Amino acid sequence: MAKKRIVSANINGKQTEFLCEPRQTLLEVLRDTLDMTGTKEGCSNGNCGACTVRLDGRPVVSCLVLAVEADGADVETIEGVAPGGDLHPLQQAFLNNAALQCGICTPGFIMQSKCLLEENPNPSEHDIRFYLAGNLCRCTGYDKIVRAVQEAAGCCGKS
Amino acid sequence: MRDFDYAAPTSVAEAVKLLQDHNGSARPMAGGTDLIDQVRVGRISPDLVVDIKKIAELNVLQIGSDGLHVGAAVPCYRLYHDAMIKDLYSALTDSASIIGGIQIQSRASIGGNLCNSGPAADSTPSLIALGAVAVIAGPQGNREVAVEDFCTGPGKNVLGRGEFLVELKFPARSANSGSAYQRFIPRNEMDIAVVGVGAAVQLDASGKNFVSARIALGAVAAKPLFAAEAGKLLAGQPVSVETIQKAAEAARAIATPIDDMRGTVEFRKHVTGVLVMRVVQQAVERALKTKSGNAP
Repeated sequence: MAKKRIVSANINGKQTEFLCEPRQTLLEVLRDTLDMTGTKEGCSNGNCGACTVRLDGRPVVSCLVLAVEADGADVETIEGVAPGGDLHPLQQAFLNNAALQCGICTPGFIMQSKCLLEENPNPSEHDIRFYLAGNLCRCTGYDKIVRAVQEAAGCCGKS
Repeated sequence: MRDFDYAAPTSVAEAVKLLQDHNGSARPMAGGTDLIDQVRVGRISPDLVVDIKKIAELNVLQIGSDGLHVGAAVPCYRLYHDAMIKDLYSALTDSASIIGGIQIQSRASIGGNLCNSGPAADSTPSLIALGAVAVIAGPQGNREVAVEDFCTGPGKNVLGRGEFLVELKFPARSANSGSAYQRFIPRNEMDIAVVGVGAAVQLDASGKNFVSARIALGAVAAKPLFAAEAGKLLAGQPVSVETIQKAAEAARAIATPIDDMRGTVEFRKHVTGVLVMRVVQQAVERALKTKSGNAP
């Protein structure tokens, strides 16, 4: 077996060290080693977006990132979105609009929507649907998610 | 996932040595969006993954009078966020914007798209149309291969043992030149091309005649095709529906697609003709707006 590696990454603002095998994905390490189970595993082949996290500011699917690649990187997960338990405006908007049913896709949608609104605080419906095209939801039919993002727009652009 | 070791060299020479020493069982990785999935499903079984994106040359993105240099590990988003690339190498922007979703574009590189050598790769027709050259590093030093000669079959290419792609080099673009890429898919995004077409045209100063054109096709053969004849038919001809129609017919004639769930042979050939018309026309529209290039 390949030697385990020590990886040091800034996860949600906290310097974190973990031990992993080269073959482990960032998703596996977040969930199974660091007990951060907010990030969900959906398809595990990069199609569904359920495992979306931010790596050095960019949204990525953590099932297609090796955990060793995160060495020295900034990682933001769904656990970092509501520090202290106060819901982020996007999370509140998802609740207000019933933009979830089973909830498996929701952390990925929140992470991806957060990236969208920081990049583009006033997206059109088309912008929202395009930016969220890499996130799949089999419950809502997407309309409620789009409405939630529209409601949250303007509230979480970069200050 | 299968067990493998990981190395992240910081120089081209170090990467070549690692790939060579592992005698075919090492694989270079840039964004990993194809590679990690292929290891997981057992399509490839490397003993060593060589992460090449810590090498400076692989991250170069430079545009100047000698053309455009794109390091093999530059992710798609860096390309489509670049305004000069959008103006002068529009086909590349078109391709980079539609490979996977936003998350994939944060990691996936055009170099990886080429090395994965899928017949339906969305960037390869653009690279061929824009005349890109692949710079390959290996045990014998660097060599260059025109992108139209890079892929040899589905998932196959000219890379030999110990070799990997370092950079894509594009010639400088002149005034009155334009390019475009479009694909046909039944969805709006996040899909594999049924047919993809890239074209780059150079018009004369009046904007009424073609000086030259390059057209390339994706998803209609075992590898992306350079439709050289179709481009030659446009050279020196007036910009008109009739002349573009002739080029479209020539492009359709070289398509040898397969029947599969995404389309039949007949449908794909038909769409090839339709897309060549549209893409050449879009390249012409862009050329008419390009008042200056980066050529000296």
